[in-house]
Amino acid sequence: MLWREVLLVAGKDLRIEARSRVTLQQVLPFGLVVLLLFAFALDPDRGVLERVAPGLFWVTVLLASLLAVSRSYTIEADNGARDGLRLSGLDGPAIFLGKASAVAVQLLALEIVLAACVVVLYGVHLDTLVPLVLATLAATVGVAATGTLYGVLAAGLRVRETLVPLLVLPVVAPVLLGATRAWEAAIDGIPSDAWPWVGLLAVFAVLFTGVGMLAFGPLLEES
Amino acid sequence: MTGSASTGDRLLKPRVAMVLGWLTLVAVVVLALFGLWGAPPDEIQGDAQRLMYLHVPAAWVAYLAFAVTAISSALWLWRRTRSDVWDRVAGSSAELGVLFTALTLVLGALWGKPIWGVWWAWDARLVTTAVLFFLYLGYLALRRIPAAPETRAKRCAIAALIAFVDVPIVHFSVTWWRTLHQDGTVFNEELSAQIHGVMAFTLWFGVLAFTMVYLYLLDRRYRLMVLDEEREEREVAIAIEERVSADPNAPVTPTAPAGASR
Repeated sequence: MLWREVLLVAGKDLRIEARSRVTLQQVLPFGLVVLLLFAFALDPDRGVLERVAPGLFWVTVLLASLLAVSRSYTIEADNGARDGLRLSGLDGPAIFLGKASAVAVQLLALEIVLAACVVVLYGVHLDTLVPLVLATLAATVGVAATGTLYGVLAAGLRVRETLVPLLVLPVVAPVLLGATRAWEAAIDGIPSDAWPWVGLLAVFAVLFTGVGMLAFGPLLEES
Repeated sequence: MTGSASTGDRLLKPRVAMVLGWLTLVAVVVLALFGLWGAPPDEIQGDAQRLMYLHVPAAWVAYLAFAVTAISSALWLWRRTRSDVWDRVAGSSAELGVLFTALTLVLGALWGKPIWGVWWAWDARLVTTAVLFFLYLGYLALRRIPAAPETRAKRCAIAALIAFVDVPIVHFSVTWWRTLHQDGTVFNEELSAQIHGVMAFTLWFGVLAFTMVYLYLLDRRYRLMVLDEEREEREVAIAIEERVSADPNAPVTPTAPAGASR
């Protein structure tokens, strides 16, 4: 029952994306430009880029996630769509999981392309794939859940676009830390160093998915 | 602490607040005397160590303030204890928390420069405190957005609890990342203070004096919030009166609360 509703909401958001292609045509190019700008700032010839690539990658993902979350609530802003959602009879937790998973799916697609670019542009070798993929999945779920939660908190506010980054970025600071360390460990070929961080990311993801499921309904009512 | 909270207009009775204010002033003066002259200079760090008598109490009050914000937010969310009182306490306390967090960071930087040779070090506790500062700065930004009182209170209470849930994770992740700070002097694992005599007394007295400052400011900020709300109500009443007297036939439809669509 819950999962059917989750799929319904996620499907709606993803169908809108498939037709409008805002993430594909705006958020993804934004991420690529940021990766390019990092290379300008850090000069590829000095060999810095390769060492700091995981951090740059995750900073880029976080910035792009802010846009993805913003988009996720822009599509609810027009034509009283948010009222429609409220009146739809769907449960708060189901709407939350649906919207968060739609954001997560888009972020994952974005991360795959960005990671390919990091490999090509920064000359990084991604070898130890298992901890790397698990860390990426957990981090993506955590970021999507947190973003969706703060997104509904600020939905309908005129200052939404400036407020959400201030609220989200300090909260997801541990995700940036954990995901970057896990990637570094995996790239250096020391998977044992990555596992504690994967655990931390998983705890973060579970915790904020839980908090989001609890808080989303009451927040949607007030937005 | 909740003095005459039944009416909700004041946290402390005016007399109690006044006495607390004077006692706080005396405590701060005594702390200054002990901190600057009473306590001996540190064997290794010299006079710079005297910053500890401000730095540690400020950090303590910052954490206390955020804990109070979290507890009062939870009390607001719980239907049986829901009251404007808790919303105001949460907001007042968060403001003080941010203030004392900033103070902790600045004092820490001033202390770090002569001792570590740098203003800032990427040490676990420093980084956690900095993240904490921004977490609650976001909360204050959210509080400033006008909305119907109930809506705003609910939104802020939930945001405060999310921020509070995040604190241990931030602390944990940053600690794993790096730790070079000296172990806590008073709250270390054996819970036995490593400093003695006048220095220990001054430190504990500092914690007491800063807690008094916190309580006094909390009461004042709370009162200011009540007065602000009253002023707003009065202004709305005057505006309605003016509208009615200008054109008695104009319908006085209650529009959405000021700024609700923000």
